[in-house]
Amino acid sequence: MQTKENDLVMIALFAALVAVLGLLPAIPMPWGIPVTAQSLGVMLAGAVLGAKRGGLSMLLFIGLVALGLPLLAGGRGGLGVFVSPTAGFVVGFPVAAFVTGLVMQNLRIDAMIASGIASLIGGIVVLYVMGIGGFWMLTDKGLMASITIMATYIPGDLVKVVLTAIVVGALVKARPQSLLSRQ
Amino acid sequence: MLALTSDIHTPLHDWRAGVKLGLLSIAIVTLFLLKSPILLAGAAGLTALLYRSFGAKFAAQGLRMLKPLRFFLGFILLWQVVLGDAATGFAIVLRLATAVSLANLVTLSTRLDDLIDLVIWLASPARFIGLSPKPLALSIALVVRFVPVLLERANHMADAFRARSTKRPTFYIILPLIISVLEDADHVALALRARGGLDGAFNP
Repeated sequence: MQTKENDLVMIALFAALVAVLGLLPAIPMPWGIPVTAQSLGVMLAGAVLGAKRGGLSMLLFIGLVALGLPLLAGGRGGLGVFVSPTAGFVVGFPVAAFVTGLVMQNLRIDAMIASGIASLIGGIVVLYVMGIGGFWMLTDKGLMASITIMATYIPGDLVKVVLTAIVVGALVKARPQSLLSRQ
Repeated sequence: MLALTSDIHTPLHDWRAGVKLGLLSIAIVTLFLLKSPILLAGAAGLTALLYRSFGAKFAAQGLRMLKPLRFFLGFILLWQVVLGDAATGFAIVLRLATAVSLANLVTLSTRLDDLIDLVIWLASPARFIGLSPKPLALSIALVVRFVPVLLERANHMADAFRARSTKRPTFYIILPLIISVLEDADHVALALRARGGLDGAFNP
């Protein structure tokens, strides 16, 4: 049975999961933001928890980053993150998780395929629109520059979409009760 | 789990968290209104002086927190110079570096529990529409506790993987990690209920 306590614990758990995924060995990039598994956590939060809980979970995560916990990849954290050029991506985490969950809930097909489509839309399209929008706002007109940098992260993100689908596919078999987006 | 608060005590540590956040918001809005690179250089200089006035070690700490930004800012500057608008490039870089430094100053000088108290206080008007700040406080505590637990679990999974394989444990451990912590989550939720639960304070 899904209780309020269960919801709260799952929300906190996925916020913590995103933090831990940021600590896994990363591929360093010369401009400071390494390729990490962190956005895999964002996709999973949406695909597993559904729109509302996934969004709340990521809101909790970025709230903790704002409070000064070094939870972002590379040990970044604090209020400075929200005025740095990549602020749009961080602010985009809850939106991306929400959209991923929304697509997942409404796409009544095989959960594995649905989660792949959902995380592609939420975790890549929405996240990049938010990230590039933030970059554009904070740097006046560096739009083209930002797109060239950010394109280098797309292949890694496609791998994360596949991983999300694999994890969700396995969850359906092993623990269907935990797939709250399909309850 | 360590917060980013600095151990080096500065006069700013004694200020109220709310006051610091208020001043920070005003400073950042001002920075984004300034367009002249000369004025922005002045603001950057003042910020550097402020850091330096708290000691060389504290200033070094502040500089370390800016390090991840260096390539990004360098790239923006280079891009603007190539476009033939060096002044705008300098303005953007100075503005962002100053804004991030000032925000980091609040983070460095404010204890985590003071900030959590401030968040709970800010969330308290929500009581009137039937929301309690309690679940928020509880969920913050849960995340802070879950992170080291998850890390330890991930290390166990990695060790178990290494014991059976010559390959490096990379994404192979993510699935078992998630399944095992989902079991834990059920137990934690049950324990919360057994201790009185959320009392109808949380309705997602």
